[in-house]
Amino acid sequence: MAGIAPSGGIAVMSENAIIDKAEAVTAAASAPILSVKQLQMRFGGLMAVDNITFDVVEKEIYAIIGPNGAGKTTVFNCVSGFYKPTGGDILFGDANIAGRTSHEIARRGIVRTFQNIRLFRNMTVVENLLVAQHTQLKTGLLQGLLNTKAYRQSEKEALERAAFWLDKVQLREVANRGAGNLSYGQQRRLEIARCMITKPKLLMLDEPAAGLNPQETAALDALIRDLRDTCNVSVLLIEHDMSLVMEISDRILVMEYGQPIAEGTAEQVRHDPNVIRAYLGDE
Amino acid sequence: MREQIKTKILKDAFIAAAVTAILTVPMIGLRLNVESTGLVLHKNFLWPAVAAAVVFVARLVIPFVLIPKVSVPAAWTQKAGDYKKWWVGALIVLAIAWPFTLLGGGSMLTAVTMAMVYIMLALGLNIVVGYAGLLDLGHAAFYAIGAYTYALLNANFDLGFWAALPLAGLSAALFGVLLGFPVLRLRGDYLAIVTLGFGEIVRILLNNWDSLTHGPDGINNIAKPTLFGFEITKRARVEDASTLWQTLGIDYSNVYQQIILYFIALFLVVITAFLINRLVKMPIGRAWEALREDEIACRSLALNPTVIKLTAFSLGSMFAGFAGAFYAAFIGSVTPDSFGFIESAIILSIVVLGGMGSQRGVILAALVLTLLPEFARGFAEYRMLVFGAVMVLMMIWRPQGLWPASRRRVELPS
Repeated sequence: MAGIAPSGGIAVMSENAIIDKAEAVTAAASAPILSVKQLQMRFGGLMAVDNITFDVVEKEIYAIIGPNGAGKTTVFNCVSGFYKPTGGDILFGDANIAGRTSHEIARRGIVRTFQNIRLFRNMTVVENLLVAQHTQLKTGLLQGLLNTKAYRQSEKEALERAAFWLDKVQLREVANRGAGNLSYGQQRRLEIARCMITKPKLLMLDEPAAGLNPQETAALDALIRDLRDTCNVSVLLIEHDMSLVMEISDRILVMEYGQPIAEGTAEQVRHDPNVIRAYLGDE
Repeated sequence: MREQIKTKILKDAFIAAAVTAILTVPMIGLRLNVESTGLVLHKNFLWPAVAAAVVFVARLVIPFVLIPKVSVPAAWTQKAGDYKKWWVGALIVLAIAWPFTLLGGGSMLTAVTMAMVYIMLALGLNIVVGYAGLLDLGHAAFYAIGAYTYALLNANFDLGFWAALPLAGLSAALFGVLLGFPVLRLRGDYLAIVTLGFGEIVRILLNNWDSLTHGPDGINNIAKPTLFGFEITKRARVEDASTLWQTLGIDYSNVYQQIILYFIALFLVVITAFLINRLVKMPIGRAWEALREDEIACRSLALNPTVIKLTAFSLGSMFAGFAGAFYAAFIGSVTPDSFGFIESAIILSIVVLGGMGSQRGVILAALVLTLLPEFARGFAEYRMLVFGAVMVLMMIWRPQGLWPASRRRVELPS
């Protein structure tokens, strides 16, 4: 196969989509919570993302993979509202969230982590988790200034929730340390806990295994499954670590040069000639 | 490890002493006198030496008092809490005793009362610059709005100080929102430029709106605050009303009036410090800090940056409004000149010098920057020169400020 034109990618894509539809109906039989349709993001003359269509159903772990520069993070930024897509729809629940502000999208239940971890580095670990609960807390100025009972209760519950999540990601011992002083793996876990404490419906992880050693990656694998099973959250992730992706993903979308080139289960994607070409080059 | 800390403390102490010496020599070490032979430069290096020695010893002692606590993280907050309460109490006692000491009489008392005004202003700006990380170069505008609000309400509607005080704060906060709403989406330098412009616009407006503000002449004869409803002036403004002095049967004295004004200022400072101290521990305070740390992360967690910045901006402006109203009452007149860019610069210098986000640092810096010039009247022209030098030196050696905040507010008990 030489010189695949974009149209070739689309043809493969639609082929796989048919297989997926059958699978999704039999496996989950639930409506998609996130539905991205014909997403397009153009930066001036550069088409960073084009023609991306995929669904994430409830309690699904959905991965986007692809070579560097394929536009994976751009898709993330569009879905989480950091970019305003130049075309296409992003349906979440029953609303089209394409082009909404990032904080509004987060409030609707889509939260994300970042490729280069973004913690509040000079605040303590537990304070990071308290900030994330901001929209759930009693934030009335008067209540706080008067230190009312309801306010104290709200703060106490916030601390308890933080403690719960710190236990869950094994960060309890470092709760009062500065977030910037944690090890890389700890920072990744804290970032995930900070997302989860907002009670999201969709958790988006941008390269969660980057910089982790094999044991930490295995622990992350277990953590993501656990979150999916116990917290009713769907997971959309970008990852380069193939062992992790192949292990946990229900479905995988492969992108190259901003285009979809394959979609399906790990097994399907692994044997897709387009994917092999994209990763290993032409024969 | 221990050795390293000791060397560092010694080094710190030397640097602090050197900075003190450099600063105090031109301010209190040198004096120009006009004598029969002409201008004579008197050199007196005793006082700078004393000041440097005091700073040196203090810098040596303070870390040794604190170090054992720092190295035991678990027990740290509790101890620090106790320690803090202790020094806050001591500070308040000192502040109350101050006017009754010999030192405190006369012009020094006025200077300290003005220092209180600057503490209020700087504590307010500290919310904006220190906690929320928004560079505001026009804080004096809100100070002016507070001052003119009281002045106008008093001149036109005869409203008393205590009734006008909340209104002054509110109007300053309102202008904070009005300015903040369109401009807070700007970042860093751009925000600084817009606030700088706003500060000048307010001053120029006050200068030219003759029919309302009487232009450069300003508004005079503004009523002093009352104490429990009694007037503290020599003669009551209202016919038949008796002043505090008549009621108590004491002869009026200017010093008494100054002392009462000082206490009112102190009261306002204590309230301001208390409120802000609570605010920064509340969810909104945490959100301010988080916003300063990483705005993108905040947005990804459903925090609305505009709303959070706006609360910081309007609350900071509100405290400036309170300070302005007190200033108008204290001085008795307001003119646009009192609220120029230089005031904004001084307030910002106080915040930077004290340590951004550090309340105790800001209070200390406000006292230092407003009282040192009082000791160095002869060098008033060099005030700005010294300010500039202090800022440069601070940025090089101690960017975290004179007395930086200890960064541990909420702890999870284990």
